[in-house]
Amino acid sequence: MYGIAAHNAHFSVAEAMSMSLLPFAGASQLAAVGDVAQHLPWATIVLFTALLNARHLLYSASLAPRLRHVPRLRRACMAQVLTDEAFALSSGHFRRIGRVDVPGYWVAALAAVFIPFNLATLAGALAGGAIPDPNRFGLDVIFPAAMAGLAVGLTTARRDIVAAGAGGVIGVVCTVTLGAGAGIVAGGLLGPAVALAFPDRHPPAASDPDLPGTRATTGTAAVTPGRTRDLRSMP
Amino acid sequence: MTIRLVVLAVLMWAVTYPWRAVPLLTPGIDRLPPSMLAYLRLVGPAVLSSVAAANVLVVTHPDGSHHLHFGVEAAAVLVCVAVVAWRRHVLPGLVVAVAIVAVARAAGLS
Repeated sequence: MYGIAAHNAHFSVAEAMSMSLLPFAGASQLAAVGDVAQHLPWATIVLFTALLNARHLLYSASLAPRLRHVPRLRRACMAQVLTDEAFALSSGHFRRIGRVDVPGYWVAALAAVFIPFNLATLAGALAGGAIPDPNRFGLDVIFPAAMAGLAVGLTTARRDIVAAGAGGVIGVVCTVTLGAGAGIVAGGLLGPAVALAFPDRHPPAASDPDLPGTRATTGTAAVTPGRTRDLRSMP
Repeated sequence: MTIRLVVLAVLMWAVTYPWRAVPLLTPGIDRLPPSMLAYLRLVGPAVLSSVAAANVLVVTHPDGSHHLHFGVEAAAVLVCVAVVAWRRHVLPGLVVAVAIVAVARAAGLS
């Protein structure tokens, strides 16, 4: 979808690909295409990109305690491909298997997201005019549906459900009042705070042996074999 | 072939990468108190649902204002959530959501 939008906005293939390879953040890339088409100043586009991608700080902070044993240079490389999808797939995977799996992170971030996204960008940028409008087929709903579905995959206890619900409500209210980037970050920041006000009856995957300060429990739903197939089936 | 916007891509990367890298590279993050670690554990579901909800429930008008809107896309995402919770697979949920929106648009409902 981004590749087609870039093609229609008269981006060259190199320009379209540079955005998918460097910032590698679909939502802000789509926004940038629209902003460039409207001849907005670059400073505005860059500022909006920073705001829209601020949520990645939360993903990084959430993964950091688990990845503390990974060498620093490798963590710096991991950061480059830390997107919504990579975070959701990898953290869900870590919870299911009950430990950190660095190769699993690379599979989620590179094989499942980075490579397909860049190939799709290339296809859209090269053949954008020949590809029919993906919105006609409802493909634009894939992103929000995938985010919601991946959030469901991360909810294994009452606090997770409260965090997701509160994050969604706060995100919508703050997006209406403050704008997209600030709204999403507000949902991500305040949702967990609301959830912590609730007692956790079933402390589940907090039993992460790789996460310091969490208790070790057994028999959690998050690591049942039936769920280990989830990652393989995820897009 | 023009490459002028490659510079813009570099600038966009320059303001995106620090968000992703700073916490991962900050020393001592493993020594945070347990309450902070519990908070960070809840960030994932909160941010992802915030992204999804804001994406389908808020529309931006040409004047830049944002408004609440419940359309077929929001209904499709809710159905997707129900299917994923039931099947514990994301793929069936996505297929159902896309099918709902595609049919609704073909029927002129969206």
